[in-house]
Amino acid sequence: MDASVTLQRLTERFGDSILETHSYRGDDTAVVKKEDIVALCTFLRDDGKLLYNFMMDLTAVDYLGREPRFEVVYHLYSLRYNRRVRIKAGVPESDCSIDSIVPVWIAADWFEREVFDLYGIAFNGHPDLRRLLLYEGFEGHPLRKDYPVKKRQPLIGPIN
Amino acid sequence: MSEIAKDLHTEHMVINMGPSHPVTHGTVKFLVTLDGETIEDLKVEIGYLHRGFEKMCESGTWYQVFPYTDRLNYVSPLINNVGYALAVEKLIGIDVPERCKYVRVIACELSRIADHMTNVAAGGLELGAFTAFLYFVEARELVWDLIEMLCGARVTTNYVRIGGLKNDLPDGFKQKTLEVFKRCRVLWSDVNKLLTKNRVFIDRVRDVGTMPAEEAIAYGFTGPCLRACGVPYDVRKANPYLVYDRMDFEVPIGETGDNFDKYLVRMEEINQSMRIVEQALEQLPGGPINVDMPYYRWQSKDDIYNRIDSLIFHFKTVIEGIKPPPGEVYLAVESGNGELGFYLVSDGSGKPYKCRVRPPCFPLTAAMPRMMKGRLIADIVPTFDMINMIGGECDR
Repeated sequence: MDASVTLQRLTERFGDSILETHSYRGDDTAVVKKEDIVALCTFLRDDGKLLYNFMMDLTAVDYLGREPRFEVVYHLYSLRYNRRVRIKAGVPESDCSIDSIVPVWIAADWFEREVFDLYGIAFNGHPDLRRLLLYEGFEGHPLRKDYPVKKRQPLIGPIN
Repeated sequence: MSEIAKDLHTEHMVINMGPSHPVTHGTVKFLVTLDGETIEDLKVEIGYLHRGFEKMCESGTWYQVFPYTDRLNYVSPLINNVGYALAVEKLIGIDVPERCKYVRVIACELSRIADHMTNVAAGGLELGAFTAFLYFVEARELVWDLIEMLCGARVTTNYVRIGGLKNDLPDGFKQKTLEVFKRCRVLWSDVNKLLTKNRVFIDRVRDVGTMPAEEAIAYGFTGPCLRACGVPYDVRKANPYLVYDRMDFEVPIGETGDNFDKYLVRMEEINQSMRIVEQALEQLPGGPINVDMPYYRWQSKDDIYNRIDSLIFHFKTVIEGIKPPPGEVYLAVESGNGELGFYLVSDGSGKPYKCRVRPPCFPLTAAMPRMMKGRLIADIVPTFDMINMIGGECDR
């Protein structure tokens, strides 16, 4: 049962903050409370039996009509043990923010900016939270499900 | 002396490099704060090629995503096609036939060769090595001829399908490939002679853009740039997909992670990829290239025109799209630049609920300020070349 070592260790250490775990199609997944995300990520990175040193991907999903509406999704990889894990943290629309994990993995910097840009989720403690792909002054967050596909916001002329 | 110093211009100067600059192959803007020629601060602005990849994917069917994936890393589109197809197949739980796996490996490796050749050629060109550029562009042209023979297009391939391929290998493909590789190897050794021991080239790339392995990992480096730092991480070895576990190939690594190491790693990977293609052509088994699951993979046109059940399946899969079961998967493949990951979420309908791409050059571009602070402005050129930022992939 090598695959679920991560989930076991996580449940032992953070039993209260783990809401759900599954390994659908072999992808270990843990749904966690957003308050503990930094402590949890630090543990995943530093624990001798886990050593998740790569923050491979960070994104979000908008489950419009569900509570909590957003899910921030982290994909981690451990080079030492060649394991992958997916961490998901629900973020409600009313309090649309989560703690930044830039102190844990510097790679998260641009990924968090991108999520902020396209989903409007704020990352508390991020060193430089600005839009990344879109321009300053763009209205709305296009990857939200309630943003119309065909909406146009042309940018004409210099920004300043 | 102090009289002269008094009149010297000592303030920092801020200049814009880009978004359309002759030496940055990729639409990107650097906001450089200079102290003389030394870079005090560097800010990278991306997004000039952002076209809403994910939003487009969410509004089409699962099949309609393929043409968009061509345009992610447009230098090696076949790897993107394969990566997406593998991710959807993992979501559904399909295992494609053996022959299909081998053909996909061949397609991926041909793309990797073209990708690395483009990178080295353009890198050389921007440092003034025009001859090396011409040699590798000739070689790339030959590889693209092979890809054209395979799928009818050179860049916008759209070749792979969920559960199979558009078509099988054409007649005479093996023979043609072996001929092309013979010529490629000659051109490779010419470029090798022109660059690897070239004093001018070495002076521009050695000890520039260095990165300690630990830090490269923290920045999320993957692919040739990570391997140049001495970390032997390659998705093809770590999590073998398709039939990479049956292929005999080496993963070249560097020591310091400077631009010269990145160049050497790419040069060696071209050789290794040619080895893989030759082995795959040698081991290529017979049999079908598509799964026999009409709900997911269209049947042959012959069946569709002559059998009512095939026609119905075809109609349903084209109009409504295929319907993977609800769930989520993440699948990574090794692209030219590193780990290309697809995170897919299905809600059971005919359209992807979420189709996220983890672009390998995104974290590399994000680390540009770290690699460039304190260096000279001229060092931006080789460093940015060697991280091989591809706008279509980075900005999506």
